[in-house]
Amino acid sequence: MELIMAIVIGIIFSVTIYLFMSKNLLRVVAATLLLSHGVHLLLLTMSGLQRGASPILSFDAEAYTDPLPQALVLTAIVISFGVTAILLVMAYRTYKVHKTDDLENLRGSADE
Amino acid sequence: MLTLLHWAALSPFIAAVLIPFLYKYLKRIHTGWFVLILPLVLFVYFLSFIPRTSSGEVILNNLNWVPSLGINFDIYLDGLSLLFALLITGIGALVVLYSIYYLSKRKEKLNNFYVYLLMFMGAMLGVILSDNLIVIYVFWEVTSIASSLLISYWYTREKSIYGAQKSMFITVFGGLSMLGGFSLLYVIAGTFSIRELIANADMIMASSLFIPAMILVLLGAFTKSAQFPFHIWLPDAMEAPTPVSAYLHSATMVKAGIYLVARLTGVFGGVPEWFWIITTVGLVTLIWGSVSAVRQKDLKGILAYSTVSQLGMIMSLLGTGSAAFYFQNGDNALYMTAILAAVFHLINHATFKGSLFMAAGIIDHETGTRDIRKLGGLMTVMPITATISLIGLASMAGLPPFNGFLSKELFLTGMLNVTEYGIFNLETLGIIIPVIAWIASVFTFLYCILMFTRTFMGDLNLSKLKVKHVHEAPVGMLISPIILAALVIVFGLFPNLLAYSIIEPAMAAIAPGIISPGEVFDVHISHWHGFTPELFMTIGIIILGVLLFITFKKWENSAFYRGERDIFNSVYDSGYNGLIAGSKWITRIQMTGRLRDYFIYMSIFIIFILAYTMYHYNLPAIQSLDLSPVPIYMWLILLVFVGSVVIIPFINNRIALIIATSVSGFIVALLFVLFRAPDLALTQLLIESVSVILFMLVFYHLPKLKKVKTPPKMKIVKLIVSIGFGLMITLGSLSAFSMGQDTDFSSISEYYTENSKEEAGGYNIVNVILVDFRGMDTMLEILVVSMAVLTVVSLIKLRFKGSEDI
Repeated sequence: MELIMAIVIGIIFSVTIYLFMSKNLLRVVAATLLLSHGVHLLLLTMSGLQRGASPILSFDAEAYTDPLPQALVLTAIVISFGVTAILLVMAYRTYKVHKTDDLENLRGSADE
Repeated sequence: MLTLLHWAALSPFIAAVLIPFLYKYLKRIHTGWFVLILPLVLFVYFLSFIPRTSSGEVILNNLNWVPSLGINFDIYLDGLSLLFALLITGIGALVVLYSIYYLSKRKEKLNNFYVYLLMFMGAMLGVILSDNLIVIYVFWEVTSIASSLLISYWYTREKSIYGAQKSMFITVFGGLSMLGGFSLLYVIAGTFSIRELIANADMIMASSLFIPAMILVLLGAFTKSAQFPFHIWLPDAMEAPTPVSAYLHSATMVKAGIYLVARLTGVFGGVPEWFWIITTVGLVTLIWGSVSAVRQKDLKGILAYSTVSQLGMIMSLLGTGSAAFYFQNGDNALYMTAILAAVFHLINHATFKGSLFMAAGIIDHETGTRDIRKLGGLMTVMPITATISLIGLASMAGLPPFNGFLSKELFLTGMLNVTEYGIFNLETLGIIIPVIAWIASVFTFLYCILMFTRTFMGDLNLSKLKVKHVHEAPVGMLISPIILAALVIVFGLFPNLLAYSIIEPAMAAIAPGIISPGEVFDVHISHWHGFTPELFMTIGIIILGVLLFITFKKWENSAFYRGERDIFNSVYDSGYNGLIAGSKWITRIQMTGRLRDYFIYMSIFIIFILAYTMYHYNLPAIQSLDLSPVPIYMWLILLVFVGSVVIIPFINNRIALIIATSVSGFIVALLFVLFRAPDLALTQLLIESVSVILFMLVFYHLPKLKKVKTPPKMKIVKLIVSIGFGLMITLGSLSAFSMGQDTDFSSISEYYTENSKEEAGGYNIVNVILVDFRGMDTMLEILVVSMAVLTVVSLIKLRFKGSEDI
């Protein structure tokens, strides 16, 4: 399971990097979303998958899934959501102001 | 403890602080008069040390500065320091007096001038009085800064700025090299104190760092003393006011390098490298300077190159003199002649060059030009200046009965002596040394004649001059050069006035440990020393010099004479421009402003770092993988997941893009469910839904996705980089996973599982961790979300109306 997940995560990262290198602003924002998915899955995978019950004590299981990575990922999801929201609004403002979403044309001021 | 000598070294700085107030509140008196007091007092104070140093006594006053690092402001006064202290304060006083008449009270910013000048004087005193190398370095750099400030005194002129910048670059380059050399000396000997270094000279010589330390220190000395090929800053420093040129660029600052070489001869002297480097550089500088001086048309240009040449001469004498250390016990008197000549010429050069600069300044001041092609026939108009110049030039050319004659004779003796002993391969190569010295002296003689005849003889051509009523300078301006010219004659006629009071103690300081305590070096300077080779060489110099002068008309129009600028200037200029162009080019090729390019750099870097680390630690050989089983339905889910992800780059429709992205997000939520993480699944579902809504809101305002045509080359690069990156992540995570399983550590999570109920009273372990065990994370995460909300609101709401912001 972990081996397959590692490969899937590798594919997600490949697509992310590919999208980051695109010219279109919306694709870059989509890439950040994918990147956070990849990282969250990676965090979970590293602790081992499907070993024991959900980490809720009342299930009375012998073993529980590692709860710590889940807590970390939960924090990470919320934070990456905040970042995605900002990025989206920034993309929106950028397009409103500069009338383009082409990163090739958004290359700083001329006197730089 | 701060002693009187410490105060003496620091007093110019204190005075410099007071200058602006004196300038502002006592407008009616020329500020220079207040300044004049200080060098005079210091000069008299230093004179009072002559009896003590001439009896062989040295004065050492300790003052701790940073004792933990061995950096202490220790004052060490011996014959050499005293000689320099007298030069600095004595000529300093004369220059200040001269500047009072040279610089107008009304037109010039005198406060700046005297602050810089005093800063320089204090720094110079610090350099020559310190025993500690780091303190020397600190003051050394202050002299560089003060010198640059003085060169750019008329800062509205482009040439002044150019000269100041050039001198700053070159001397600071040397200063930093010198600091490196000092640090190496500290590494070898464990001390910054020059006295202790000299005491440990044997140990230093045995070290493998000896040669690097020597070369670095010499770079500092050579750049400061305008030695070949670092001499190019000196002629451009002539844009400074003439008092500055007279003081800094002839008498004092350029001799700081000489001082350093003389001071450290006790540490480095006696090895062939030291001997050859200094002698060669000195001789090349000597001949290059004297030949270049002939080509100059500007009075100060001639004097600048002649300073370069004379400094080379002193430097080469110190180089040959260092051979005295080779004979620890034997006969070294012959080499000591070279050191004697160096010290004596140091004094002589300061006197005659100072007076010559002042005379050139007077001519400039009274006629409005320094160009020898416009000048001429000033002898009858300015008889006193002419006399001063004649004395100075004759002394510089080495004619009797002036002091320059004596030191030039000693110089020739020193150079002839070099070949006497068969050390350092001198029996074969050594013969070149006196030949070069002799040729250089011929050129020295030539430019001296040229300078005098072009300026003072011939006809006065008023039509070429801006000033129509040329007359002698005011008395006040003439006092300083007259005093210096008088010293030229006095030292020429009675050289033995200096012999045992100043020269001998200075020689003893340059060559410590050569003579046993109580003995003294034999200093015998006389005009007539029989029919020696030196005498015939001098006669030859005069004859050949006169011959060249007579035939001067013939080669006046040659390319050699017309080409005024040194060829090394073009090396410097093109190097400087090339550096700027090169760094611009490097910046331009990598700082493209494209997000894509930066991602390529970062990804490639990360790929290589990871690949190298894994290769180095044999990581891809994943030893034991304890994998959990894969249920059948998992394959299907993952297939959809990978499909929805991989399709994204190919989508050219924005709705489809958003749908594909959200499909992958919802599958992640599903995976969370399957991985037994209910809280995560809930959060992911919620957040994914909100993200989709956000996307939808924004998408309405975003343009349609265009099908972007990427060049195939770029496409391949992008593919390789992204696939490589993904591969590295897969391999890296697998190796991390297997390494984590190989270790014996058990997870900290057991603690949370066991204590969730007992300690925190909760059943949901994840939630207990979030709000109880690790509540701080959650608090800050809330902060992040609030900040994100505020940012989003302000991004949408705020409208700026500036030119920069929108």
